[in-house]
Amino acid sequence: MDTIEFITKLLAATLAMGTSLTYATLGEVFTEKSGVLNLGVEGTMLMGALSGFTITYFTGSLALGLLFAIVTGALMSLIHAFITITLRANQVVSGLAITMFGTGLANFLGKKIGPITNGYNLIGLNLPVKFENINIPLLNKIPILGAFFDVSLLTYALYIILPLAWYYMYKTKFGLSLRAVGEAPRTAAAMGINVNKNRYIYTLFGGAFAGLGGAALSLCFTPSWNDGMTGGMGWIAIALVIFSTWNPAKVAIGTLIFGGITSLQFAIQAAGIKMVIPAQFLAIAPYFITVITLIFMTINAQKTNGHFASPSALGTSFAIDEK
Amino acid sequence: MRFVIEKRNQKSKRMQILVPILSLVISALLGAVVLLSCNANPLQTYSAIIQGAFGSPMKIQYTIIKMLPLLMCGLSVGIAFRLKFWNIGAEGQYVMGVIGITWVMQFWTWLPNVLVLPLALLMSFIFGGLWGGIPGVLKAKWKVDETLVTLMMNYIAIGIAEYLYISAWKAPMGNMGTVKYPEFAWIGKLWGKVHYGVILALILVFILYFLLYKTRWGFELNMIGKNSEAARCQGVSIKRNIVIAMIISGGIAGLGGGINSAAVTHRLTMGVNSGYGFTGILIAWMSGLNPIGSIFIALFLAALQTGSDALQITMKLPSAVSEVLQGLILLPLLAGNIFIDHKLRRIDKQVKEVK
Repeated sequence: MDTIEFITKLLAATLAMGTSLTYATLGEVFTEKSGVLNLGVEGTMLMGALSGFTITYFTGSLALGLLFAIVTGALMSLIHAFITITLRANQVVSGLAITMFGTGLANFLGKKIGPITNGYNLIGLNLPVKFENINIPLLNKIPILGAFFDVSLLTYALYIILPLAWYYMYKTKFGLSLRAVGEAPRTAAAMGINVNKNRYIYTLFGGAFAGLGGAALSLCFTPSWNDGMTGGMGWIAIALVIFSTWNPAKVAIGTLIFGGITSLQFAIQAAGIKMVIPAQFLAIAPYFITVITLIFMTINAQKTNGHFASPSALGTSFAIDEK
Repeated sequence: MRFVIEKRNQKSKRMQILVPILSLVISALLGAVVLLSCNANPLQTYSAIIQGAFGSPMKIQYTIIKMLPLLMCGLSVGIAFRLKFWNIGAEGQYVMGVIGITWVMQFWTWLPNVLVLPLALLMSFIFGGLWGGIPGVLKAKWKVDETLVTLMMNYIAIGIAEYLYISAWKAPMGNMGTVKYPEFAWIGKLWGKVHYGVILALILVFILYFLLYKTRWGFELNMIGKNSEAARCQGVSIKRNIVIAMIISGGIAGLGGGINSAAVTHRLTMGVNSGYGFTGILIAWMSGLNPIGSIFIALFLAALQTGSDALQITMKLPSAVSEVLQGLILLPLLAGNIFIDHKLRRIDKQVKEVK
């Protein structure tokens, strides 16, 4: 296999895998930017993957599957929003509880809501339809970059969503409010912005996108249902939020690099190349790079007295009458 | 007419008792809804869980063994949380502890037999302590966010462990896992399956209780957690305390890994990251960071896990039901907690206008 073909294939695999990761990461960027840390991404993605798969399996409609995944994701994060925003509970503990609950519920329901013929189990079923790759003639023949034009609808959608998300956050009035409630909620409230309403909206938005990311796995990438099929992707998404310095424009860079690292493991194995670096070290690379990035960003921000990328009010609840 | 949540002048004693009880009732009801939707009788299921956890001496022993790593992680997290240092890295610190003990057990063969176990346990404490100390130093020196660092370090530790038991330290036979520890270095049995590690953990609970509630150090930790500014004015070194607390916190999680390995698993292999560290966070939080309270919460959650495992056989329910129920117990409790120091007040339109 020549090098260009290898790289093209690697990029294609990266895009397929990175799609789900990008949705989840982008959603969490918005949530965290509003000052809410949601560690429930992993459980939310899994619930999204489950509900998307189930609905599409029984109705044969991908659109309905996606819709249900989005709604399920939003509902999961609604629990988090209610507990941490309205009832001002600890965001870390609540997020972990959501992940635990979501993971458990998804694995539990996966063995209970399947068709009778499969013993009520969803594992091992094939979908009647799935998101197929659609190629754009001519463009897909470009060496290497052609991979960008032979992807599923879910990936094409990202080409539009990512720039829009950046524009929304940095160029619109709503984006300004969003950043204000995450940076300086008290000032935002004084300016007449409803802090908690904003936080609700973006927590739900983040959950919806995590659900969508889960569905991108179960309806497109894998496409099937299995226990814990997200395999820690939700945690990588949280790492990627830091790596992208809470900027939607940089989310794609992070997911391409980290999706690439994961795909590289498989590609190298498939190509029969002897591994120089143990597979486990490739697997921990995303986390390692994230920690290093975080340390450098923090130190750098202090040296230059500049502004650190993480939203100042991240992880804290807000009530007008309390400090 | 609408409601606002208002801060109480002081914590409500009545609510401190009522909230846990009410949330448990709500949890049981929510759990019943999930179970009913799957055609399982909730009462039967709950009694099967209790039977599965405490139904026979053997089951009680199993529950107690299961409690040990949970308790150790709960104690570990509890120390860090006192400082409002959000250490969610007990999982990784636990895994590092297992790596530490395995290193001594496998490679320090020149040691006299009697010294192997004590040194191995010490090494698990050191490994966990270092793994916890790193985010502590990062926070103290450069204010690097500890939640994110400890979270990421979990997965780095798990990756290192996988590398060790799949390739570097793999036993010559089999696909994965290190060789078993030498038998003379195992922790002995106390009652059936229950090992002496449990005694060790209970002693640790009382040492910690003493340190946290009866010494100046414990007082300093509390002061930093409550009001770091005031603590600084009193001359308490916040940086030094963060590093020390994190080394001890990580060390205890690591020691938990060490004890569990020396007594139960006897080697480093798949399943070393079974989520004890994450459950530990819930235990620390639910016990109000109290070491003695952690015993009961850890026992309760361990019983829930062993009891739910039994459901697979007795009720033909998937074992994931234990995670569902754990989540369902925690969420109402988290939600209800606000009413301990807050109250709901009804405001009528008129009053609002006057205000």
